[in-house]
Amino acid sequence: MTADTPGWETVVGLEVHCELRTATKLFCGCPNRFGQEPNTQICPVCTGQPGSLPVLNRMAVEMAMRIGLALHCRIEPSIFHRKNYFYPDMPKDYQVSQYDQPINIDGWLELPSGGRIGIERAHLEEDTGKITHVGGAGRIHDASHSLIDYNRAGVPLVEIVSRPDIRSAAQARDYVAELRSILVATGASDGKMEEGSLRVDANVSVRPRGSTEFGTRAEIKNVNSLRSLVRAIEYEAARQIGVLSDGGRVTLETRHWDEAGGRTTSGRTKEQSEDYRYFPEPDLVPVAPDAAWLGRVEAAMPVLPAARRSRLAQATGAPGEDIAVLVETGLDELVLAAVAAGADARTAVNRATNEVAGALETGTPPPPATFARLVKMETEGALTATQAKTVLADMLRDGGEPEELARQRGFEALASDALADAVSAVIEANPAEWERFKAGEAKVAGFFVGQVMKATRGNADGGAVTAELRRRAGI
Amino acid sequence: MTPPAPGSGSAAGARPGRSAVETADAVRAGRLTAAAVLEEHLAAIEARESELHAFNLVLADRARAEAAAVDESVAAGRDPGRLAGVTVALKDNLCTRGVETTCSSRILEGWKPPYDATVVTRLRQEGAVVVGKTNLDEFAMGSSTENSAFGPTRNPHDPTRVPGGSSGGSAAAVAAGFAGLALGSDTGGSIRQPAALCGVVGLKPTYGLVSRYGLIAFASSLDQIGPFAGTVADAALLLEVIAGHDAMDSTSLDAPAPSLLEGLDGGVEGLRIGVVSELMDGVEPAAAAAVEAAAHALSAAGAKVDRVSVPAAVYGLSAYYLIAPAEASSNLARYDGVRYGLRSEGPGGSADVAAMFAATRAAGFGDEVKRRIMLGTYALSAGYYDAYYGQAQRVRTLIIRDFDAAYRSFDILLSPTTPGPAFELDAKTSDPMAMYLSDVCTIPTNLAGHPAVTVPWWPEGSGLPLGIQVLAPALGEAVMLRAAAALEAAAP
Ligand SMILES: [Zn+2]
Repeated sequence: MTADTPGWETVVGLEVHCELRTATKLFCGCPNRFGQEPNTQICPVCTGQPGSLPVLNRMAVEMAMRIGLALHCRIEPSIFHRKNYFYPDMPKDYQVSQYDQPINIDGWLELPSGGRIGIERAHLEEDTGKITHVGGAGRIHDASHSLIDYNRAGVPLVEIVSRPDIRSAAQARDYVAELRSILVATGASDGKMEEGSLRVDANVSVRPRGSTEFGTRAEIKNVNSLRSLVRAIEYEAARQIGVLSDGGRVTLETRHWDEAGGRTTSGRTKEQSEDYRYFPEPDLVPVAPDAAWLGRVEAAMPVLPAARRSRLAQATGAPGEDIAVLVETGLDELVLAAVAAGADARTAVNRATNEVAGALETGTPPPPATFARLVKMETEGALTATQAKTVLADMLRDGGEPEELARQRGFEALASDALADAVSAVIEANPAEWERFKAGEAKVAGFFVGQVMKATRGNADGGAVTAELRRRAGI
Repeated sequence: MTPPAPGSGSAAGARPGRSAVETADAVRAGRLTAAAVLEEHLAAIEARESELHAFNLVLADRARAEAAAVDESVAAGRDPGRLAGVTVALKDNLCTRGVETTCSSRILEGWKPPYDATVVTRLRQEGAVVVGKTNLDEFAMGSSTENSAFGPTRNPHDPTRVPGGSSGGSAAAVAAGFAGLALGSDTGGSIRQPAALCGVVGLKPTYGLVSRYGLIAFASSLDQIGPFAGTVADAALLLEVIAGHDAMDSTSLDAPAPSLLEGLDGGVEGLRIGVVSELMDGVEPAAAAAVEAAAHALSAAGAKVDRVSVPAAVYGLSAYYLIAPAEASSNLARYDGVRYGLRSEGPGGSADVAAMFAATRAAGFGDEVKRRIMLGTYALSAGYYDAYYGQAQRVRTLIIRDFDAAYRSFDILLSPTTPGPAFELDAKTSDPMAMYLSDVCTIPTNLAGHPAVTVPWWPEGSGLPLGIQVLAPALGEAVMLRAAAALEAAAP
């Protein structure tokens, strides 16, 4: 069986936990910082010392509001509840979370490919600490002991719960990718799935195509990348179709994605799931953002990815994939500024999509005006495409001005006279090949371009050489 | 204003005749040293602590250092603060940095908090000398201080009797002269009931007036820290010091600390005082008679006294025993053996973390704490929440509504603090319901979030004190204390 077995439809709802990029934790003043020495970012509050009390971080509320606005949610007066269960990574043995009165409800997200996915809620809650099992194979049952790091305990999270509107693994991936762009754009998240700052649980069920009822779902946990998300949903949908096709029934349960094994395995069933004994958190007061606060947050909202994509498409006419890459990497601003400074849109998009985006991990993008000058040098023929790429690589690595870098490299694009001379000399030296070219053997063009390049030590433009050859051959 | 006289035949006796207000004035003026004040209290402790067991921990050396620092300040011409040289005993559920804080529970034995409660910081800023940590019913759950894992406290006026609870150690410490003042916590009467049974003043402030930061939680929506004192003026002074907004407590009211000492002797001329009918029913005749006598005295002093009904108050006890255990079941979950306090692996030293949780909690909590955790867990369970916790919260709303109605016609209300005087040790330990009834008059105030204070009242010919409870609307501490001072002056 596969997920796209005819006659079956996959139904997915996603729960995305987003760690907020606040300076401090949700209920105390400890730094919200990843990758520090264990148990160095802690205090009486986030370790649940007796007598300590939570005080809500206003910035976390503001980021949650930004997320709500970006997802077209209603922002409501909200309260916190306690979710009671015993687990050693949770210092108070309850989690403070929003339950039946969350801050954001009833929104939607528009996929880049079109279509809306409903958002049920996006609520605030605190993160737990992190347990490391030591000894054995690092699994809980054969570990000799466990270590707990509370640095993450109390880090603010927003949990974004979609409606079960997603109909394929690919659509789930697109949803998470778009959501990630939105979260990064609002400044609420760094969007790093690998570091766990964005964590996805997928509720997957299947049903006969045409059915309006939902099938029994399984909740897939431990999905750490977009690739795993796609694999996990496809695996799970296929598994459920197999079970149902064989006349069995799907169990309501939590399943863990096993990345190495490429499968999901059964966790605890929801029938035996705990009673969390939710009740309103008496140590906190309701959060009811007033109109003035909401207005300030609204006014400070950045332009969101969907709007940025259409703005860039309008300004450049570039294809959808390039637009998506540029917005995703935040290079749309660079391209827009370069175009505004008179650079050719098509060339600016190409250089930004290929060279700049490819070097984001290691290099620093140039200032827009500098980038615009480089693009102009290329479009005006002062640099060949190859030379422009080399100069841009220098700029990304070391900074600097394109004119100066081109001079240092000895790049001076040949003036058309010099180009014509070089082409004449090569034709003269290779009469047999010239005859073949004139006879229509197009691939010989490559030979001539190579020869001209050699003669000019790379200072000629390949396109210009080919054009000159065709002009002389009359073809 | 006269300090309340110890009852005839009372064994208390050792309490210095000097009030905290007088002590602080004398120390600030250099007429008396903090060291001398402390030694008087340490001598009283030396004489009777082994009999009464008011303290879990006496901090003699630290207190001597603190007193010396106060005296040095005075010598250097600096003002040590409003509580200069006044000794204060702290209920052992208030966190003190580096000093063992146990809640009188095995599960926290040996735990030293990494921080000071806000009230402790404020005491130190005003020159108070912390003399020790007082005994309590485990996690403040009880009305006799017999639920302490470290043994009961006895009533200084009759050591065969309980001091009340849960803040029995603090009440006994003030009554026995072990400290000039004390702090306790009041969730359903845990300050007022022991204060009444020990013949001292005890005050539960408006919810949110005093920061709870550093008070080890029993029931968060009800808990409030408040003073024990020998006089109404001393209670007012201590409340002035500890009250006021604290950024560390989200439920702390954003109001300035009230000015309470000023106008304390303003009298009750024209004040409308209501005696709460529902809280007079079912108490011992002596307790009802004391309230009648108190009402008569206030009337003679110019107040307009009448009866008033607060109908929903009769449901207070039932609502309380759902809300408080529910919150407690969650608040006490953190004592799991992972981060601090007791850890028990159980028989055979199981490697399973759930077994460790269970073994730790089975070994660390006493019976009453376990009983309330079970009650509360049940009340919050899926399917029962609405019938129990939800219903109790609705009752709470009704109680607030009925008090509001009463306060439209009256400035303050009056009732007995307890159904009767101190009972003998073990008299109620086998009957939880009988014990719970000790707080029937005090609980409604906690549910409403209002302030109340108990003033000692010694019936003629009795060797045991009673308390008259003065209740006021939210933030009505000033008028409440004015009436309390008038009662104190009129008391037999
Ligand atoms: Zn912290």
